[in-house]
Amino acid sequence: MRKVLIANRGEIARRIMRTCREKGVATVAVYSDADRDLPFVREADEAVHIGPPPVPHSYLNVEAIIAAAKSTNADAIHPGYGLLSENEAFARRVLEEGLVFIGPSPKVIGQMGDKLTARRIMQEAGVPVVPGCEDSLATVEEATAQAAQIGYPVMLKASAGGGGIGMQICREESQLLQAYQSAKGRAKAYFGNDAMYVEKYVERPRHIEVQIAADNAGNVIHLLERECSIQRRHQKVLEESPSPFLDPATREQLCEAAVKAAKAVGYTGLGTVEFIVDEQKNFYFLEMNTRLQVEHAVTEEMTGYDLVAMQLAIADGQPLPVEQRDVQAKRHAIELRVYAEDPVTFLPSPGTISLYQPPAMEHVRIDDGVESGTQVTPFYDPMIAKVIISGETREEAVERAQEAMHHFLITGIKTNIPFLQEVLVDEQFRGGDYTTWFITERTTKTNHK
Amino acid sequence: MKQVAANMAGTVISVLVQPGDTISEGQDVIVLESMKMEVPVQSMEAGKVVEVKANIGDFVNDGDIIVVLE
Repeated sequence: MRKVLIANRGEIARRIMRTCREKGVATVAVYSDADRDLPFVREADEAVHIGPPPVPHSYLNVEAIIAAAKSTNADAIHPGYGLLSENEAFARRVLEEGLVFIGPSPKVIGQMGDKLTARRIMQEAGVPVVPGCEDSLATVEEATAQAAQIGYPVMLKASAGGGGIGMQICREESQLLQAYQSAKGRAKAYFGNDAMYVEKYVERPRHIEVQIAADNAGNVIHLLERECSIQRRHQKVLEESPSPFLDPATREQLCEAAVKAAKAVGYTGLGTVEFIVDEQKNFYFLEMNTRLQVEHAVTEEMTGYDLVAMQLAIADGQPLPVEQRDVQAKRHAIELRVYAEDPVTFLPSPGTISLYQPPAMEHVRIDDGVESGTQVTPFYDPMIAKVIISGETREEAVERAQEAMHHFLITGIKTNIPFLQEVLVDEQFRGGDYTTWFITERTTKTNHK
Repeated sequence: MKQVAANMAGTVISVLVQPGDTISEGQDVIVLESMKMEVPVQSMEAGKVVEVKANIGDFVNDGDIIVVLE
């Protein structure tokens, strides 16, 4: 592999380029009109303009991206996260063009992208899944019959759903009867597909995921877990590892289940198996992300391995550079995501950054995509920087994180830094005892003040 | 005169009311999109719509008046 085109933007494009440079691999950036002046475009060895700001015309424009790879003689494409990273047709097209796709096979991407298929494969492989129905529901009677069998509370979900739309917790039959038609209607309106299903609702859940890596020879390892329960609108805000909730026995079972899941689909490359963990530490497969995660840096700072380097090596046909017995949590790592948004309402806050001054501290890593003068446009994700802090202990990492946030200066736009500071001093967070309700419970309190 | 203001900067992707409509408190009047997120703008008060100041595709800033009520 001599030259990699990065089909992404912002901080992740820069992050991938950093490892490419270290490995002596040349880089090609692609960019839209809105991103012309961003650091990732400047820092790439070559940069190709691919279209106007809206993503369908630029970062999701397969033809333009393939043409850019051809014109620059790139031999591989790294999709980053989001955008085309989990698009089966794109991965297939890259391979058809004789290029290397840095990720798993198109078939695996497709299988894991379909919720019911992924569920079935995991169940057959002996990976626990949330109890629920196997197929979409035909009628409301079928819904209540299934729910009675599963046991209330249940979660009514749209098969094509996302972002919480068409999703409803039902604690008894009357609620399900009431919710069914309206949720179906919303699913139809938003996704053009009103197939619904029910599964057991896990009370006070934690969202814990396991990083796995697999080479082309069938070797699979895990790189421990990441605790990702602190979320708003189903988007993560803070991640840490090791999880303060897991005991060694549960951790081992969870990581083993993730390896089993990866083997069941013949996975290759880096991937993440997401689980829901209940209060009794029972865990259930939620989904598999067939790409590099935003929060991969937590694992890197905890274990000391470069995950992008691992991706490049695997895509190049090399065996896994690490053995399972060498993987250890050497430090405690925390990632804070800095979003261009109102710290109270969490609503987007695009605009021009007048001053951007990240903290320069030991054991504090900044992965960012902006600088002073950058215009944060409304076209893309609001995340502008990740701050990854590590320490000998969780306590040390949290205290260092507080100091880092204190020294992070961004003016001109609103950011969630004040909110992140509140999380870091929160008693429940400090105690390591939090669920995916963490933010909802706090924002509801604030609004009632 | 009562008014409804945008709650964030973004592009108008749908307009849900028109002049003459009677709306209730908390009703969605416009949907904005910014940074991959769709956000409805709600009226804080009930009233009759006199003017809709935003069209689909317009970019509005946080605090811009988008609907005027009687």
